[in-house]
Amino acid sequence: MTDVLLKISGINKRFGGLHALSDVGLTIKQGEIYGLIGPNGAGKTTLFNVLTGLYQPDEGEFTFNGKDLFRKKPNVVVEAGIARTFQNIRLFANMSALENVMVGQHVRSVTGVFGAILRTPKARAEEAAITAKAEALLAYVGIADRAQELARNLSYGDQRRLEIARALATNPTLLALDEPAAGMNPKETDDLKKLMEKIRADGVTILLIEHDVKLMMGLCDRIAVLDYGKKIAEGVPEEVKSNPRVIEAYLGVAPE
Amino acid sequence: MHETMKKNPLLLAIFATFVMVLPWVLGGFFENGNSWLRAVDFALLYILLALGLNIVVGYAGLLDLGYIAFYAVGAYLYALLNSPHLAEVLPAWLSHPPFLVMMVLAAIVAGVFGVLLGSPTLKLRGDYLAIVTLGFGEIIRIFMNNLDRPVNITNGPQGINHIDAVQIAGYDFGRPIEFLGLTFEKIHLYYYLILAFCALIIFVSMRLQNSRIGRAWVAIREDEIAANAMGINTRNVKLLAFAMGASFGGVSGALFASFQGFVSPESFVLMESVMVLCMVVLGGMGNIPGVILGAIIVSITPELLRDIINPLQMAIAGKRVVDPENLRMLVFGLAMIIIMLVRPEGLWPSKRRRAELHPKTKEIALQEKDSLQDAERNHD
Amino acid sequence: MDIFLQQLINGLVVGSIYALIALGYTMVYGIMQLINFAHGEIVMIGAMVTITCINLLLGMGVQMPGPVLLLVGLLMAIPVSMFLGFAIEKVAYQPLRKAPRLAPLITAIGVSIVLQQVAMLIWGRNYRPFPSILPTEVHIIGGAAITDLQIAIIVLALLLMGGLFYLIEKTKLGRAMRATSQNPEVAKLMGVNVNHIISMTFIIGSALGAVAGVMVAANYDQAHAYMGFMIGLKAFTAAVLGGIGNIGGAVLGGILLGIIESLGSGYLGDLTGGVLGSHYKDIFAFVVLIIVLVFRPSGLMGERVAERA
Ligand SMILES: Nc1ncnc2c1ncn2[C@@H]1O[C@H](COP(=O)(O)OP(=O)(O)OP(=O)(O)O)[C@@H](O)[C@H]1O
Ligand SMILES: [Mg+2]
Repeated sequence: MTDVLLKISGINKRFGGLHALSDVGLTIKQGEIYGLIGPNGAGKTTLFNVLTGLYQPDEGEFTFNGKDLFRKKPNVVVEAGIARTFQNIRLFANMSALENVMVGQHVRSVTGVFGAILRTPKARAEEAAITAKAEALLAYVGIADRAQELARNLSYGDQRRLEIARALATNPTLLALDEPAAGMNPKETDDLKKLMEKIRADGVTILLIEHDVKLMMGLCDRIAVLDYGKKIAEGVPEEVKSNPRVIEAYLGVAPE
Repeated sequence: MHETMKKNPLLLAIFATFVMVLPWVLGGFFENGNSWLRAVDFALLYILLALGLNIVVGYAGLLDLGYIAFYAVGAYLYALLNSPHLAEVLPAWLSHPPFLVMMVLAAIVAGVFGVLLGSPTLKLRGDYLAIVTLGFGEIIRIFMNNLDRPVNITNGPQGINHIDAVQIAGYDFGRPIEFLGLTFEKIHLYYYLILAFCALIIFVSMRLQNSRIGRAWVAIREDEIAANAMGINTRNVKLLAFAMGASFGGVSGALFASFQGFVSPESFVLMESVMVLCMVVLGGMGNIPGVILGAIIVSITPELLRDIINPLQMAIAGKRVVDPENLRMLVFGLAMIIIMLVRPEGLWPSKRRRAELHPKTKEIALQEKDSLQDAERNHD
Repeated sequence: MDIFLQQLINGLVVGSIYALIALGYTMVYGIMQLINFAHGEIVMIGAMVTITCINLLLGMGVQMPGPVLLLVGLLMAIPVSMFLGFAIEKVAYQPLRKAPRLAPLITAIGVSIVLQQVAMLIWGRNYRPFPSILPTEVHIIGGAAITDLQIAIIVLALLLMGGLFYLIEKTKLGRAMRATSQNPEVAKLMGVNVNHIISMTFIIGSALGAVAGVMVAANYDQAHAYMGFMIGLKAFTAAVLGGIGNIGGAVLGGILLGIIESLGSGYLGDLTGGVLGSHYKDIFAFVVLIIVLVFRPSGLMGERVAERA
């Protein structure tokens, strides 16, 4: 449980004059739920985008599972085993829920043009496996009954679940979730928490952004706090909660 | 169409029979049946082209405004290898290659052009891609127009004449063939030949549509960033669509050259690219029957108008008031505008497209506008 | 004669025309991300109407100096083009603002075809000569020739561009236009009448296009119903070259493209030992376009589009 899975250090990302991430470093261990919190605009999503290859960091180091992923493209990152969801849900809106999850398996399957046209036995077997796994994943996140519905017609909570299923379809070692509970009611949030615990129990490490502090404190093994692009604290929830810099960042005033 | 037909084999059989006997129906019922059949042959070529472009535009969502360039590449390739024009300099083994070899060659050469054009440009956002492909189309045409000097390769604006028809299994498609008591003229033979290729591309399209590759295309069309973040190598997958479309364009071009017997740059103007794109969009992007319908309407309507406008003018005004050519293009332009205004999803859209435009429930939190802007991000 | 200087002058003249037309493309694109395919036809109509007016006046025996005649013709053509631009947007684009992006592109192509055909019906399928009313005196500067007309084209183009800059940077309308192109939703919330702004954009762009059309016709001594296509395409290229959506970029791109084209076609024969000649002139625009887009997709003056995910 103590193997380091992901390690970044000295990560910098600038947008013009805005220094969105400065010298951010952190390590995530195999099997943990690692939380990332911080005020709005702190750079959490930006860090996610760097970790998943959508943004190219200006400087830094990034290794995952022994591989160098610094400035690698998103598809390479996914192949290495990092999958993500988006804060502002980005499903394939006009594909069915099932198809969305099937697309997630693209990187773990091989059928090419000729296989598809000729429907070779191998291609057919793979297609069947993809469909079966997609159905299983929908059941896993609890929306099996919505398989044929277009993603855009799903409820908000179901869309979030579908995004998780789609990410899981890539067979990730690390699952990065950007505010998965945003806009959910307490019941849904609770279900989501159980889902995340189940995912972790099944051997997937989780990196989680959430504003819901109570949820984070109860769920995460360790938490890092970002503020204005800098990591200002890291540790087990209790430590972080009582860290004066964190309190300052959240309340805007220094504690006594 | 195909969904209904799958459920109803009888309908399929009727449709197939109709398609098979159409040339004889035309010949039997109309005085100028042969010229109609010729028009139908060209319509089939357009169907072929439109279905090829549909892979690029309809499936992968890449706006290609220079598609006709690949058609031109295939046509000129065929022309050069199968006419007396280069006969003296061409090595014997390259001259008049066997039919299948020729088709594969056309597909490969056009596909290579597609890759050459696509690999640097496919990362561009949609409109830029449109304009680059348009420019590429013009470049190809300008070269065809001018590559008659210093070495005469394309014979310039005059084009290349005396192109031989294809030969399949020893039969020369340029000459009538007697079979089952029927005389198959060149227009009949080509009808069935092009029809076979249409069937092929329909088959390929349908197979691809419901495959790992086809899903990746749709995913990219829906949200390129998300597709990339789900592990799809968007560049390669887009390039694949682009190259496949180009290959089909090349094959259609080769068939066109062999059917028409001559090629000249005039056949490959931008307007042709636009026409093919219109077929795809008017018919219903991404939906095979829709695209076929679009191709038929766009290619046959001008022919119909030609036959209607003149008699009508004579009847009403007693003389030719306006040039029918103008009028039919005018009607065509108006039709394009009106159809798009009334049915932006096309006449016969795929279910997905229809859903895009007429969502059943109010859309929840899916920020399409954002994803459009995001698609403009370019990854180097 | 100094060939280099001569080609430079020719390039500058053509380039200013490209720039004027490119402004129309870039303004529309900046505000609604639409390639207004029909803009080239507006340019053409501007030229045609002017020629017709001048011929009418001449036919009526009106005695006026050439430049005044031209001005009158132009003043007739500008409103026609403005109205057309306005009408096209209302009829063919506005209903499709929420439709998939290809739909307005198709209607744009449709409008373009319709205008071409209407022009053919009205003005015939032959080239219309530009009435010879302008002085043909040639000035020699440093070994290169330049006509009054060419000077007038450059000066007028610069004036119009200056006026447009002023309008966009300094007036209330300009501010609203900039706001709309930044973010139409927000602009709407701030009380900007987005429909009105879009209409104005089309109207202004079309007016510039009409002037450019007359310049083209005067410069080449002729006009044709199909002339809008190639010139429009090149102007669009110029807009992309400069960075589409960017007003200064359109000017820079236009002038640059004119010069590249002119110098390029002038020297292409020499450079390639006669293999490629000046008949490849039209290729330059596209080769430049592809090179720019590959190496600097945002264009010369466009901001690098910030990556967002
Ligand atoms: N593509 C971009 N271009 C310019 N600025 C950006 C870009 N992406 C993010 N930013 C800026 O970087 C900063 C960090 O944003 P980020 O989205 O990472 O914050 P966050 O911590 O996820 O906030 P929230 O809790 O609101 O989601 C913000 O100021 C944001 O405006
Ligand atoms: Mg965020």
